[in-house]
Amino acid sequence: MSSTTPLLDVSGLTKHFPIKGGFPIRRTVGAVQAVDGLDFQVAEGESLGLVGESGCGKSTTGRLITRLLEPTGGRIAYRGEDITHAGRKQLAPIRSEIQMIFQDPYASLNPRQTVGKIISGPMEINDIHPAGGREARVRELLEIVGLNPEHYNRFPHEFSGGQRQRIGVARALALEPKLIVADEPVSALDVSIQAQVVNLLQKVQRDLGIAFVFIAHDLAVVRHFSQRVAVMYLGRIVEIADRDDLYGNPRHPYTRALLSAVPEATVQDEGVQGRERIRLVGDVPSPINPPSGCRFRTRCWKATEKCATEAPPLVQVEGNKPGHLTACHYPETTDVPATVPAPRLAKDPEAAA
Amino acid sequence: MLRFLVRRVIGALVILLIISAITFWLFYAVPRDPAMMSCGKNCTPENLAQIRKNLGIDHSIPVQYWYWLKGVFAGRDYAGYGYCDAPCFGYSFANNVPVFDTIMDRLPTTLSLAFGAAVVFLVLGVGAGMLAALKQGRFLDKFASSASLLGSSLQIYFVGYIAMYYFVAQLGWLDQPSWTPFSDDPVAWFSGLLLPWLVLAIIFTANYTRMTRSQLVEQLSEDYVRTARAKGLSRANVFFRFAWRGAMGPIVTVFGIDLGTLIGGAIITEQTFSLPGIGRLAVKSVDQSDLPMLLGVTLLAAGAIVFFNIIVDAVYALIDPRIRLA
Amino acid sequence: MTSTDQQPFLSVRDLKVHFSTEDGIVKAVDGLSFDLLKGKTLGIVGESGSGKSVTNLAILGLHDRDRTAIEGEILLDDKELLTASEKQLERLRGNKMSMIFQDALASLSPYHTIGKQISETYRKHTGASKSQSRARAIEMLRRVGIPQPEVRVDDYPHQFSGGMRQRAMIAMALVCDPELLIADEPTTALDVTVQAQIMDLLKDLQQEFGTSIVFITHDLGVIADIADDVLVMYGGRCVERGTKREVLRSPQHPYTLGLLSSMPNLEHPVDVPLNPIPGSPPSLLNPPTGCRFHPRCTFAEKVEGGLCSKEQPPLEVTNGRGSACHLTADQRAEFFTDLAGSAAN
Repeated sequence: MSSTTPLLDVSGLTKHFPIKGGFPIRRTVGAVQAVDGLDFQVAEGESLGLVGESGCGKSTTGRLITRLLEPTGGRIAYRGEDITHAGRKQLAPIRSEIQMIFQDPYASLNPRQTVGKIISGPMEINDIHPAGGREARVRELLEIVGLNPEHYNRFPHEFSGGQRQRIGVARALALEPKLIVADEPVSALDVSIQAQVVNLLQKVQRDLGIAFVFIAHDLAVVRHFSQRVAVMYLGRIVEIADRDDLYGNPRHPYTRALLSAVPEATVQDEGVQGRERIRLVGDVPSPINPPSGCRFRTRCWKATEKCATEAPPLVQVEGNKPGHLTACHYPETTDVPATVPAPRLAKDPEAAA
Repeated sequence: MLRFLVRRVIGALVILLIISAITFWLFYAVPRDPAMMSCGKNCTPENLAQIRKNLGIDHSIPVQYWYWLKGVFAGRDYAGYGYCDAPCFGYSFANNVPVFDTIMDRLPTTLSLAFGAAVVFLVLGVGAGMLAALKQGRFLDKFASSASLLGSSLQIYFVGYIAMYYFVAQLGWLDQPSWTPFSDDPVAWFSGLLLPWLVLAIIFTANYTRMTRSQLVEQLSEDYVRTARAKGLSRANVFFRFAWRGAMGPIVTVFGIDLGTLIGGAIITEQTFSLPGIGRLAVKSVDQSDLPMLLGVTLLAAGAIVFFNIIVDAVYALIDPRIRLA
Repeated sequence: MTSTDQQPFLSVRDLKVHFSTEDGIVKAVDGLSFDLLKGKTLGIVGESGSGKSVTNLAILGLHDRDRTAIEGEILLDDKELLTASEKQLERLRGNKMSMIFQDALASLSPYHTIGKQISETYRKHTGASKSQSRARAIEMLRRVGIPQPEVRVDDYPHQFSGGMRQRAMIAMALVCDPELLIADEPTTALDVTVQAQIMDLLKDLQQEFGTSIVFITHDLGVIADIADDVLVMYGGRCVERGTKREVLRSPQHPYTLGLLSSMPNLEHPVDVPLNPIPGSPPSLLNPPTGCRFHPRCTFAEKVEGGLCSKEQPPLEVTNGRGSACHLTADQRAEFFTDLAGSAAN
């Protein structure tokens, strides 16, 4: 890690959503452990990818960082300042520096506002008067995201999905943020459009030096966009590493299984061994009652007693490069071909429940 | 389900308690002294004080409310007027009768009117809505839509008098609206209420036609309806067992609220057709400044709505297994 | 059309599906032909608005008949479906031909149990008794890998996880051993690990029952996994078809090439920007003249005489392989090599 303070420093971040129930008086009877003790840093100008399957807590994490949600525990520091429970006043100056891009380019733009109004909205709210006026700034932003500045007065429905996502990017850029949290920014777009938006975000990140937390389920897109990648499973980070280490030397069985499940548009010749195929059995357990110890153990082919009793810490296991942290008692090794598991049903009574 | 009902009934009682307290406070805080009105012209201060005592209004409002509440469970003696048995919801000094007795007396009329009209508007409204949804965009659909727009813009006192003029006075097809208890003469009960039912139903039918149509149209475009068709199920089967099932929820909700409102008194309908129901009782009580009676009517109206809300929630859970009552 | 002597099980000839809307006529499918052999899988690739889903609703006769004008021929086992009566179609649907959809939660009835939904299909087509159909539903649930099927059969869809719902949907579609299964983006809403499970399941079931599958997707990676033949659709037309190997290894149409090279994959060099297709998919209300892809095509200007914007290129098919593009074979060889090199590995 760099010796200077990271832009964003998250430690022990936890979010539990209470479940109400009981009789005759309703009370909190449990919690959805959406995010459970995350530690990660984002350096200035860096892009951190958060990947995982649905329900792993990646979107909740995004909303916690932007403080759209109040954390249950842990600490979020932005440029060394603790913003974990910061109020409106304290957040105000920071809000303009942390922006968000959403998944659905249809739902996240107000259909009754012109593009100009949408993009200048953040400037209005924060009472910012750029040199040359807001309109000129909006036109400049439209230009940056590859839209025609003349379309200032048009409404969102006049644009295609990809163009709308560009509007969302322009809005996020309006306040010259230091950090953008992008929550599945391309997954709602057509394949041929996704690459356009990925390239745009990449250009923005490089040219303007904006740090990104890039949340996605598509490992190929994340690999393309992020310098560092964290893999999440059931509210926890199971592995975090520089891109090349993570994709080239996945140590956590889940990371390995995830990578092997990505469909690739390649055709193997007869008799040529394709990529390894690891098929996980069963579904992700419920975050209301996650498995004890290692949360992945119910679907892991290497799980032992130890995995059930002891949660593996996220550490630099033997054979990892510095900065490559894995939370596993029995990390994978590259030289040995993956022990491709025979389908194995979870025998754990807790997981079967 | 039982847990749900118990919880909701307890909740409903609390709500009614709060409503009664607020209404009590509102009514008795108004600067109109019932004792003065009852005392008459030759009113001496002694008389006035005695009447106050008899009426039970010589105490502060919270204490009065406490006595009123006690009366509900234990009955209450209004010295000089009479004894009011439990459940005693107050005593109408203007008419010299217990509030509860009067309301129970009037309730059958309102219930007959409300449920009879409900049957008519449910059958007509939902039926027309179904037809419109089946024949989307065709003549029948357009006709039903226009008719329902017309219907919903009509007013009871307008339609009511015109209907009475033509169907009763001119053509003689229907009987003059009147109230006969069902137990006395079922035929007279029916014929006396037929016109009010139809007129009241016109207004509601329109609403149900539109709602049924839009709900069904929405459900018919749902993915699961398409799946049912892709399985080879017939159009009729899919319509009734899938789409209608999904459309029912919102209709039941609105129906519950409508029924609750009607039982609180179809004021205009009862006035128009001179039917002695809760609605007319309310109007009369306002005229006479009969505050105890008004309090009773208000509580009945509130109680009806709260009651049907519970029913609606329970029915909703029966229709849609995704809703878990706890 | 194909050189194989085997008779195609499903044959679509010059299919046109046009909807009338308030804004005009939408040419959702505009002249589509393909064949599917018994036990084979045809992958149809296309983006939103390419007409891929509409085509398959038309095969089952599930399009909105009041607003749709349909032309062409759809032959299932030599039976013409477009002229078939509703009653005849009802007998085929769920029985001889079945469909599974993308969003299993929305596509299963929330008001009926999983078991009921599976068994009613079986009862409808086989006339089996209630207890027989229930036993069959449990058997199907077991076959698609639902644990404790005799318990889960009485669950409602919302009590299932996403992957299990899609399994239940597959069980429902296959309960009458259909000969044709149309799968419309069945794995798109699923996580990759679950997607892999479902694809394996479909392949297993196909081997076991010899079902012909039409697999619709936007994901070329999924196509590479499951399809035998591939048909690429754009703007309501087929722009390219061939075997999976032919289409993915040596694409002939610029659109296919564009799709392949715009997709990031796990081997793509990270410092090289992706190679997106410019512009957006066409409006089917007002499709571009000539080749519908020409406004987004990087090679359109290389074709002489502006032919691409004037004339619709014909789809010339030999031995099941063909593409609809004005580029000559030589031009293709010249322009495509560097791009295809990076795309096909």
